[in-house]
Amino acid sequence: MVEPANTVGIPVNHMPQLKDELDIVIPTIRNLDFLEMWRPFLQPYHLIIVQDGDPSKTIAVPEGFDYELYNRNDINRILGPKASCISFKDSACRCFGYMVSKKKYIFTIDDDCFVAKDPSGKAVNALEQHIKNLLCPSSPFFFNTLYDPYREGADFVRGYPFSLREGVSTAVSHGLWLNIPDYDAPTQLVKPKERNTRYVDAVMTIPKGTLFPMCGMNLAFDRELIGPAMYFGLMGDGQPIGRYDDMWAGWCVKVICDHLGLGVKTGLPYIYHSKASNPFVNLKKEYKGIFWQEDIIPFFQSAKLSKEAVTVQQCYIELSKMVKEKLSVIDPYFDKLADAMVTWIEAWDELNPPTKA
Amino acid sequence: MSSAEINKNEVDIVIGALNADLTQFLTSWKSFFSGFHLIVVKDPELKEELNIPEGFDVDVYSKTDMEKVVGASNATMFSGYSCRYFGYLVSKKKYIVSIDDDCVPAKDPKGFLVDAVTQHVINLENPATPLFFNTLYDPYCEGADFVRGYPFSLRSGVPCAASCGLWLNLADLDAPTQALKTEQRNTAYVDAVMTVPAKAMLPISGINIAFNRELVGPALVPALRIAGEGKVRWETLEDVWCGMCLKHISDHLGYGVKTGLPYVWRNERGDAVESLRKKWEGMKLMEKSVPFFESLKLPETALKVEDCVIELAKAVREQLGSDDPAFTQAADAMVKWIQLWNSVNSSG
Repeated sequence: MVEPANTVGIPVNHMPQLKDELDIVIPTIRNLDFLEMWRPFLQPYHLIIVQDGDPSKTIAVPEGFDYELYNRNDINRILGPKASCISFKDSACRCFGYMVSKKKYIFTIDDDCFVAKDPSGKAVNALEQHIKNLLCPSSPFFFNTLYDPYREGADFVRGYPFSLREGVSTAVSHGLWLNIPDYDAPTQLVKPKERNTRYVDAVMTIPKGTLFPMCGMNLAFDRELIGPAMYFGLMGDGQPIGRYDDMWAGWCVKVICDHLGLGVKTGLPYIYHSKASNPFVNLKKEYKGIFWQEDIIPFFQSAKLSKEAVTVQQCYIELSKMVKEKLSVIDPYFDKLADAMVTWIEAWDELNPPTKA
Repeated sequence: MSSAEINKNEVDIVIGALNADLTQFLTSWKSFFSGFHLIVVKDPELKEELNIPEGFDVDVYSKTDMEKVVGASNATMFSGYSCRYFGYLVSKKKYIVSIDDDCVPAKDPKGFLVDAVTQHVINLENPATPLFFNTLYDPYCEGADFVRGYPFSLRSGVPCAASCGLWLNLADLDAPTQALKTEQRNTAYVDAVMTVPAKAMLPISGINIAFNRELVGPALVPALRIAGEGKVRWETLEDVWCGMCLKHISDHLGYGVKTGLPYVWRNERGDAVESLRKKWEGMKLMEKSVPFFESLKLPETALKVEDCVIELAKAVREQLGSDDPAFTQAADAMVKWIQLWNSVNSSG
């Protein structure tokens, strides 16, 4: 059995790195009590809370946190007709937070994620680790068997080409979860009692050309490098699918990162995932995705962006055209999704006009 | 799976002896080597007699044995660290586990000695998953599984060709790195096994490795010798080249290569600064190898491992031969290796 950390008595971080350059985006429908536990590590940072569901409900934010909150009314007001691209009744709505942020970095976390303990019993400052991951290079072109070579105590192994040791910029830091693992519904149904108790003390770069299932529960990214690609798709209310939001973003992000020469890391930090969602509800949401995925994956594996696509937005628009062309045959949903991808970019560019030199 | 569940009859433990006195080495591994057949191959350039303690089921091969099997001129192929490949050649078993003679069992974070042999065999017996990265690493181990989003059609995995273990204490760093960080020792025990994704290249170390001989035996080629190759790993690249070939062939044939556990404890030996004095040829050769392997495509018709090696040798000769004589020699050695493999194993 693994327990969350007890953070009572830990002083608030008095040297918060990137304090004015990072926003924490949290989607919620209930309350933000969990922030109390994160106070020592997160209080110095600005929060962007995206309130899903009933906008008339008031979300209580623990005292002392600096935040801006957006409910559905705000989203509709700010985006107008373009609000159609932001999911409703699904945590995918969080990507609205990415769009309105003005910071360079984003850390996003779910409201059922507590602070984890490392094997020595110490509380894990997940944000600090994400920042470390983002601030040091990635190594996607050659796998290092000692994992992240830039970590204290590690290095490149014998045989690792010297010309590749400078690495590339890190766009994404994908963290993991102790306790309730991020399983799909069928696996949850078969193994309802399985808990992740294995603390794997490593960060690694996912090699170029390799896809992975990205989870949005404990995720950080460089918004300036990859932000426009972090669209979490059309999920939830009125949509035929759910629980594929972060994965869809992850596949788009990885293809674009590979194309632009950016790195994606996975591994530390761990958070403690406290709540298991209902597997029967999940199955209904995921059901179509399980079949569609068999076509989606080969689509992403073979997606080739043109040489002319040099910005994230250009890459993303190209990808949306490919989605419309190749995936619409599976289901008209993908036609809608492709359109929403374009709407997202238009909205992103509207809210984030390029700054004049 | 515990050591009681693996079939010891399917495994050969192959040790390349670069040191004459194997007492400390074998004694430290005794409990984990017990019940297994050992093949010890003596570096043909080692003059002293091997000292092997009692109590092991072991076959020892020295220079004379090599010459009997492959002929005097070919025996040079197996000098230095490459002596272990002779053991791979003459083995009749399904799995090979190979550990350098300066490594002893490591301790896990709970203080228990790591049974590297059993862990390697478990890695080899379970499928690999090179086509999609599982963020919880090995999905087949106790307490783990495939994560949400992992395509169901890919969950049966593919056969595992090789298991690359790691090292605590003296990690397998190159001479410049170790010389710069003289005091650095690897203390991080990363509790994971994972499949290296298809198409990703990696430097495979020969210090602590296991493979499915039946599946990919001929692909472990003793081929690349850097000028002035020495008797410390800092002065070799044979395993890294072998690993690049092995990974490429495995990718081509749809097999997987795992990395991670088990750890061994690697003892201090040699002097990185001393090794630096020799002009480090390996660097140049690696730089040339990377773009070669990156763009290399083996023909669809190469379906057998032996054919893959021959095709690879051809490509090496054509594309890298003019860059450095070491590559032409490697290509020749690869062809010769397949000839030897076929002749030795056809009579078996």
